[in-house]
Amino acid sequence: MKTVIACSVALLFPVAALAQTPSPNVGRNLAATCANCHGTDGRSAGGAASLAGVAADTTIQRMREFQEGKRSATVMHQISKGYSSEQIAAIAAYFASLKP
Amino acid sequence: MNLPYSRREFLQALGAGAAIGALASCATPSGPAKPVGRVIVIGGGFGGATAARYLRMWGGNSIEVFLIDREANFVSCPISNLVLGGSRSIDYVTRSREKLRSLGVQLIRDNVTGIDRDKKRVRLTRIEDLPYDRLIVSPGVDFLFDQLPGLNNVEAQKQVLHAWKAGPDTVALRRQLEAMPDGGVFVMAIPRAPYRCPPGPYERACQVASYFKKSKPKSKVLILDANEDVISKPALFKAAWNNLYKGIIEYRNNAEAKDVDVKGRLVVTDFDKIKGDVLNVIPPMRAGDVARVAGLITANNRWCGVNWQTMQSVQDPNVHVLGDATLSAPLMPKSGHMANQHAKVAAAAIIELMHGRVPEQAPMMNNTCYSFVSDTDVIHVASVHRYDAAQKTMVTVPGSGGVSASASALEGDFALGWAQNIWADILG
Repeated sequence: MKTVIACSVALLFPVAALAQTPSPNVGRNLAATCANCHGTDGRSAGGAASLAGVAADTTIQRMREFQEGKRSATVMHQISKGYSSEQIAAIAAYFASLKP
Repeated sequence: MNLPYSRREFLQALGAGAAIGALASCATPSGPAKPVGRVIVIGGGFGGATAARYLRMWGGNSIEVFLIDREANFVSCPISNLVLGGSRSIDYVTRSREKLRSLGVQLIRDNVTGIDRDKKRVRLTRIEDLPYDRLIVSPGVDFLFDQLPGLNNVEAQKQVLHAWKAGPDTVALRRQLEAMPDGGVFVMAIPRAPYRCPPGPYERACQVASYFKKSKPKSKVLILDANEDVISKPALFKAAWNNLYKGIIEYRNNAEAKDVDVKGRLVVTDFDKIKGDVLNVIPPMRAGDVARVAGLITANNRWCGVNWQTMQSVQDPNVHVLGDATLSAPLMPKSGHMANQHAKVAAAAIIELMHGRVPEQAPMMNNTCYSFVSDTDVIHVASVHRYDAAQKTMVTVPGSGGVSASASALEGDFALGWAQNIWADILG
């Protein structure tokens, strides 16, 4: 019984702790919204560019250019405007952490 | 406490199964990594198969995943209108689910006949009941044939096809078009929104007209739309009809099909009886039968309400509903792309919940629907959706999204790239 009680308490505390720090999976989850066109984990099967292994600064720069209309696009000027700078930074960091 | 989730909400969301799983693993901290529980996914389409794949990809061996579908293969609705136009075969849009096995997804081909949400069991026809800790229901749509009395029997449905689920009916409708003499009329009836794939009917009109223009130039396409206007990309579709198919496509708004005379080949509206050589009547839709069997339909007797942070059913926190079956958030289309995005939110949330952690609070989703106005030229509509905590739903991000400037072959290449990437994202 002692084990069960200790575990129950342990189950509740990480909840409070985790809720105050950003989820470690935010970048992964946001990057997954790109997969439909750019491939799972940013490894494209054709059409849109691969994003896996691209330096974070490069992805951030491209997204800014799409947002500002400085980079030619068919759809990315419209999609890029839906993401905040913080979200783009998280996406860029996640793709940069992957092997091409 | 400054928690985005109240403890009560969290414990509700967690559900009993996951709590037991977490306790069990806690009691043997040094033992081998046992699964914390089992997720059964019903429906192996854009939503369900993606969820199964991402649960294993992100959750590893910690979650046992079963994927149930009654069909052997995945057949993509997106791109399937090209089969009617004749530029692609049904094989092009057909994919095996077998690669999912390499990730440890257990594939089951069977019919779900019942779901006991109290006992958390799924009833099947070929094998014994399967118990679950969490259930994902991604059943797509089924049709309200009772709103078209003449079509409300199986024989009639074999003759007047909707072909709104890609597969044998897509091929059968193409055969009807091939068999139609030149000079014939193809009559398509579009139901009131919401329905699966808002631009789909208008793309289909383009594809059939493209076939007629090449092979049966005296033939016509007549669109009977229950809606006030073309409900997706109206200016772009009308430009295509005017530029590419002038004299072939005729569009009538506010023309809702109320009945079908199958023998006389007539579509009946409030004002008219319209004769066609090939009829393609797309009935009004609701969430797929499995959602009804499970008692998950909560809105207008048609759609399933969900919590958009986790895709949990508003009826049952142990059940997640994906895709077209959901009561769509404002401006969110019922599309395969969207179902794939729902699935990833659900997979991420389920992994957190089953490990006794808080799921992410602010999911993002996006959508791009490409439509082929000819064999090569394509137009799109795109949107980005964020969770709004105050409204408790997904809303479009102001300033984002939009449509093509004009139809282009460049977007045609991107559309086929999209198809290859999303099919691989769903199935491996």
